[in-house]
Amino acid sequence: MIKRLLGLTVAAAALAGVAAAALSLTGAGATFPYPMYSKWFSEYHKLHADIEINYQSIGSGGGIKQVTEGTVDFGATDGPMNDEQLAEFKTKRNCDVLHFPTVMGAVVPTYNIPGVAADLNFTPEALAGIFLGKITKWNDPAIASVNSGVKLPNADIVVVHRSDGSGTTFIWVDFLAKVSPEWKEKVGVKTSVNWPVGLGGKGNEGVAGQVKQTENSIGYVELIYAVQNKMSYGKVKNPAGAFVKADLASVTAAAAGAAANMPEDFRVSITNAPGKAAYPISSFTWLLVPNKIQDPAKKKAVTGFLTWMLGPGQAQGEALSYAPLPKAVVAKELKAISKIQ
Amino acid sequence: MSSSVTVPESALPPRGAQSFISRLKAGEEIAYLITLTAGVTIFLITALVLYELIAQSALSRHKFGWSFLFTSVWDPVAGNFGALPFIYGTVTTSLLALLIAVPLGLGAAIFLAEMAPPKISNMMTFLIELLAAVPSVIYGLLGIFILVPVLKQSVVPALKSVFGALPIFDGAFYGMSIFSAGIVLSVMIVPFIISVSREVLLSVARDQREASLALGASQWQTIWRVVMPNASTGIMGSIFLALARALGETMAVTMVIGNTPQIKASLLAPGYSIAAVIANEFTEATGDLYLSALVELGLVLFGVTFVLNGMARLLIMTTAQKGAHK
Repeated sequence: MIKRLLGLTVAAAALAGVAAAALSLTGAGATFPYPMYSKWFSEYHKLHADIEINYQSIGSGGGIKQVTEGTVDFGATDGPMNDEQLAEFKTKRNCDVLHFPTVMGAVVPTYNIPGVAADLNFTPEALAGIFLGKITKWNDPAIASVNSGVKLPNADIVVVHRSDGSGTTFIWVDFLAKVSPEWKEKVGVKTSVNWPVGLGGKGNEGVAGQVKQTENSIGYVELIYAVQNKMSYGKVKNPAGAFVKADLASVTAAAAGAAANMPEDFRVSITNAPGKAAYPISSFTWLLVPNKIQDPAKKKAVTGFLTWMLGPGQAQGEALSYAPLPKAVVAKELKAISKIQ
Repeated sequence: MSSSVTVPESALPPRGAQSFISRLKAGEEIAYLITLTAGVTIFLITALVLYELIAQSALSRHKFGWSFLFTSVWDPVAGNFGALPFIYGTVTTSLLALLIAVPLGLGAAIFLAEMAPPKISNMMTFLIELLAAVPSVIYGLLGIFILVPVLKQSVVPALKSVFGALPIFDGAFYGMSIFSAGIVLSVMIVPFIISVSREVLLSVARDQREASLALGASQWQTIWRVVMPNASTGIMGSIFLALARALGETMAVTMVIGNTPQIKASLLAPGYSIAAVIANEFTEATGDLYLSALVELGLVLFGVTFVLNGMARLLIMTTAQKGAHK
């Protein structure tokens, strides 16, 4: 018995020794793309058995902080770093940080109105008014005028938002700030904001649960969450005037529409993107990679992974309900990989 | 935290009588040193935690000063932070939990210690102590899926029909509220009160009970006037243990409190607690001032616990003195 245990321990140690010879990369950051990254890193490891990539989904804030401190090789964030954070990175790490969009996400309005089963249409002004607390009844003209076939009750709207800091909130308030100057001035854009009205639920599941349990309520959840849990959600009017329902195609269309004017560093918000088929509350999620990597083996692994991610990796997104990047953006990114030295 | 028992002088070994070396050889000094190290380590850890809280919150403390404790705004975008709604939520939910749990817990403890047959008492105590082992996330889930619908459909309408005029039951009830959080917390802290109070009640000397009964008191009179006063310091201790748990409870509270930083007179309105906001916002907090404000909230919770425990100790000391004079 003891001999067997001893033998097993030696074998395990030997295996560990073999695994330790492999190259190991660490990353940390956003929770939204975690299922996708998890799948990618394991698939990549199957193709390159000597490269192991570990990812911890500690939140975008954590990801930015850790990559700036240098405790991880790359970070991940749902909201791009601002100029202040870029400057801090440069001071601490003596090089610049590059943003690489990986997949796309979207945020959808979900509601619970007894007697209303149809997909409601929402104008950006209506959504801003509801979340500012200005529009308080469901049968307000701002909502009723674009939903002519639906009987909306004369009931108070109960607003539900996220209580935890999140990329989903960031995308939602970024959209509201673009369409409503009052929102931009009064509330602003961040992963956590000072909500004028509403209850806070923790996580997508908290908001969804609260909306399900509360009559005449409205909240916002991540598209993938809504799809996987078969929730009903509304359509939102885009700048081209069309009421678009969020799905993989309309989200990719938003990025395609924004691709023409995309800045070189990919730090762009694509909410309210142009294009008839574009869903207006869409966003990228980014990997943060320093543009100077000392270790040549690590550099090869990182650039290799990024190239693979932009090629075969993109096709794997759809199975997990992540919208793939449009071809124009992929082409730009492949060129940007050469900036890593 | 609980009793103020002091070690009688005579129990300690004579210190100056033997030389250090011979004491070392005898093994007593080693025991003293080991236990001293253990005690000092705990003290050092607490001091370190306090030091880190103070150091990491420096940015926020210098910016806001004492007004942090009295401001109601929590605006991460503008960089304005104030702790008042969170202090209010933490204290209110904890006190509400105590209000429900103390009579319930003490009643159960008295039943289990004094009135129930030993077999039933032991089995029920075992089951109640299991309650303390349930993770707080489970309590949160039970709160969301079972307690909140029950409150919405039956309890709160009934409460409102009788007490609706009172400001504490005013306004619409959306399920997530200070009231729901208080009830969930009370279920979580009741096992502590029951198990510690039961132990303390059982440890009251038998001859006290027998003397009381011999003088003609009924069983209830004995319990209320003899056993409970004897056990009072231990019972107070169990209540403070329960209070400490309620003040720091995070997950269960954040799932049912509504996470809205506001101060309303009504218990049916949503609120926020210190532990809940730290858990919700810490990972995504970008910016040194934001992080520092969250750490300062932790320091405030430390302070609130300290103040409440201090007040409680004062209460024990004054009642003990009063009892002695009787």
